[in-house]
Amino acid sequence: MTVSTGSTTEAATTDLVNLTIDGIAVSVPKDTLLIRAAEQVGVQIPRFCDHPLLAPVGACRQCLVDIPDAGNGRPFPKPQASCTLPVAEGMVVNTQATSPVADKAQQGIMEFLLINHPLDCPVCDKGGECPLQNQAMSNGRGESRFSATGGVKRTFPKPISISAQVLLDRERCVLCARCTRFSEEIAGDPFIALLERGALQQVGIYEKEPFESYFSGNTIQICPVGALTSAEYRFRSRPFDLVSSPSVAEHDACGSAIRVDHRRGKVMRRLSGNDPEVNEEWITDKDRFAFHYADAADRLTYPQVRDDDGSLRPASWPEAFAVAARGLAEAGASAVLTGGRVTAEDAFAYSKFARVALGTNDIDFRARPLSAEETSFLASEVVLRQGATYSDLESAATVVLAGLEPEDEAGAIFLRLRKATRASRTRVISIAPFESRGLQKLGGQLIATKPGREALALQDLLGHGDYGIDSSSVILVGERLATAPGALSAAVEVARKSGAKLAWVPRRAGDRGAVEAGCLPNLLPGGRPVADAAARVDAATTWGVSGLPETAGRDADQIVAAVNAGQVGGLVVGGVDPDDTADPAAFRAALDRASFVVALELRESDVTRVADVVFPVAPVSDKAGTFVTWEGRPRPFEAVLSVPSSLPDLRILAGIAEELGTSLGFRTVAEARAQMEEMGPWDGERAAPEPVQAHDVSDPGVTLATWKQMLDNGRMQDGDDNLRATARVAVARVSANVYDALGPSITVTGERGSVTVPAAIAEIADDVVWLPANSSGRGLLAEVGLPGSTVTLKGADE
Amino acid sequence: MADRHSDQPRSFKEQFIDPVAGFGVTFRTMFKKVVTEQYPFEKLPTAPRFHGRHQLNRWPDGLEKCIGCELCAWACPADAIYVEGASNTDEERFSPGERYGRVYQINYLRCILCGLCIEACPTRALTMTNEYELADSSRADLIYEKSDLLAPLLPGMEQPPHPMRLGDDEGAYYRGDYRSGQEGSQRQEAGQ
Repeated sequence: MTVSTGSTTEAATTDLVNLTIDGIAVSVPKDTLLIRAAEQVGVQIPRFCDHPLLAPVGACRQCLVDIPDAGNGRPFPKPQASCTLPVAEGMVVNTQATSPVADKAQQGIMEFLLINHPLDCPVCDKGGECPLQNQAMSNGRGESRFSATGGVKRTFPKPISISAQVLLDRERCVLCARCTRFSEEIAGDPFIALLERGALQQVGIYEKEPFESYFSGNTIQICPVGALTSAEYRFRSRPFDLVSSPSVAEHDACGSAIRVDHRRGKVMRRLSGNDPEVNEEWITDKDRFAFHYADAADRLTYPQVRDDDGSLRPASWPEAFAVAARGLAEAGASAVLTGGRVTAEDAFAYSKFARVALGTNDIDFRARPLSAEETSFLASEVVLRQGATYSDLESAATVVLAGLEPEDEAGAIFLRLRKATRASRTRVISIAPFESRGLQKLGGQLIATKPGREALALQDLLGHGDYGIDSSSVILVGERLATAPGALSAAVEVARKSGAKLAWVPRRAGDRGAVEAGCLPNLLPGGRPVADAAARVDAATTWGVSGLPETAGRDADQIVAAVNAGQVGGLVVGGVDPDDTADPAAFRAALDRASFVVALELRESDVTRVADVVFPVAPVSDKAGTFVTWEGRPRPFEAVLSVPSSLPDLRILAGIAEELGTSLGFRTVAEARAQMEEMGPWDGERAAPEPVQAHDVSDPGVTLATWKQMLDNGRMQDGDDNLRATARVAVARVSANVYDALGPSITVTGERGSVTVPAAIAEIADDVVWLPANSSGRGLLAEVGLPGSTVTLKGADE
Repeated sequence: MADRHSDQPRSFKEQFIDPVAGFGVTFRTMFKKVVTEQYPFEKLPTAPRFHGRHQLNRWPDGLEKCIGCELCAWACPADAIYVEGASNTDEERFSPGERYGRVYQINYLRCILCGLCIEACPTRALTMTNEYELADSSRADLIYEKSDLLAPLLPGMEQPPHPMRLGDDEGAYYRGDYRSGQEGSQRQEAGQ
């Protein structure tokens, strides 16, 4: 961390304050806290409550220093807490390094803190990486007068669950209030607070509301003692036998830096990394706790081919490559569906494989409802552009969220927006059907919009005095906006007319990288438009092939339709879950109809069960790669574990391509990276935008609004039961009128079926019902209908 | 050189005493008690503090003393110990307190029997016996599992898992409150 305390970065270069710490003259920016000024001269003052990203509180008193001159010539009569005291001109400070007074004060505080702290370090998860342990050694006394005189420690029953994931051991707490301050200041989920007074003071919850925050894991990480531990990591290992590797979170498009701790080839836990540009020091609970999917029992470990009797049998890699190549060659026209979880290198391999080996532009990374308007939007407005960054969000006067619920879909954006709104710099406006809890925590303003009317709502932003969209604004459009015709075009228009920054925020980690790598029917890698002959020649020259397919390909929905119509025979499917796609039934039908299906999957899925050849691919922990964040920022990472049998998608595609008689020109991630580097971004004309006229497509009937909650039935949260238990319950959000009419439990019926869920009252229009997209059964797309479609509501007990 | 040496006349001592003197040791030893140990037919006790194979001790009620803290593994200079902890539950309790060692392995191919692990053990769960016969015919057999290392159940002990019998909480065990009633595990620790 730097010496700045967040908001003072700009002033840092101009206003310097001179003071003397331990006899060393030092100049630091105005308003720097003493504890951080001391770091500048190399003195580490012991501390528990102080955290660079939390407001100073002076709760633990461990950082006492002696101040013989407060800058006005007079001394402080007693040692002062250096974590709450800003520097002053001419101040003279003596820390424990030079002052016996400060040293004695710190030792005294440490003795106090240890009076009631249990001696259970051997069984404590924090033991070995514990600031209390370390600082008791460096700044404490060897003996406790309390124990020596027969004092009896205050005890509490051992850990209590404050949520399904977070365990609280109150004996160990030193009341630094880091966890409560984080929950209140950063996450905005003030479910935990300090209760009682004196020796009985403790962290606690209101018994009816458990600590169900999407960011609760951060409190475990910043707890300076072992008071907060996770059920997930409880007693799993000790810090000294873990190997830590930096990596990037794979659960959303935020590209959060994480630290993966592993032992003997198994990931034990994940912690937040520290990247001030991206996620600061915070990650979501999904990034932290959802990693057991890679160890699931249904993980594929060897290639399989479909035998004559119709069952899958194990096969060698060379055989599987050969069978896949032969099948694809015989299947005629083939198409590629990559799914959104690929790394940029793997996406590049899929993209090149489709063009060079299969000779088609039928490739799409989108495994969700999509539109032709979105395809064009991605090619003309998103690829190669850095629309906005995290720091833009922090400095923007207004941030418009359209089709995006950051708390559920992009946790790091939510935290950054909350930081900005708390500093009263930024106003958040959300175009959504109702005011979500996330928006409330952002203090945001809702433009209540029925699904289908987003385009009109976006157009209305312009020239509306209250919203004041100008060049200091940022418009964030979520991937869900694809289902609202004209909305993406409207967002582009608003951004152009107002000068506001526009950024597209997908949900999955690989989405943006797949756009850059050309996993779209109208784009080649590096943003080269398929329609542009010069771009095609450029790509073909770099790849050393004579030509690339000229006609624009089919998007995912068209591929499914073409397979069902018999126009496409072969399918190469990456990590696609049929129930995520716009029409799950049609997708399943296409899998059955296709004459040859090659599946590249991590675990057994609905696709691998019907595929003709199944290849196991490496999870992100086993391979190097790059995720591109929603900003367009590349986030490269190296393999955490070394598993020779775990191959990335690109190695498998290279193998099939070689059997098909072509070569991708790379077999390893490093080689793929080199080729991507060599190819570079397209510097010619961008694809032309094809705007769609905004029009009201909403139905007069009751409309279905939906998005995926952060913690739901997603496959990448499988095996993490404690995490799943902290998920928000699936409820249908309806207006008070509807609730009164239909009761506490309602049945929502769409064109594909119906679900019955408990209802909850929200500030939502009478003709809109909101349901979480994947929190029950097979998900809404399979069981109810498309978002924005008409549904009927019924009381469940009628 | 050699010629000049052989030219010199040899004394009486050199000629007659010296060749026989060397046998003096032999003759003397013939009448002494034999020190050769007839191992393996006859096994002699080691020094009382000899560092032999490890043992995982039990409390007098049979619960394990090991809490799975891995401090032994940390202390080990040869990286011979592998431990995994786990949670005790009220239904399935292996040790007093919250945590027990679910997996405990010592690799005697690596172990140098230095004893740093037993010094590190906070509950005196790990001690060393005097057993020194650590040889086997395969590498795998020399990785001792928890079941190989656990002390045998003495009379009065009960095979875990079972609830705490000697006190309400782990503190009662650690403080030795139970000793007022019976003489317990000191014998087991010290005697081996």
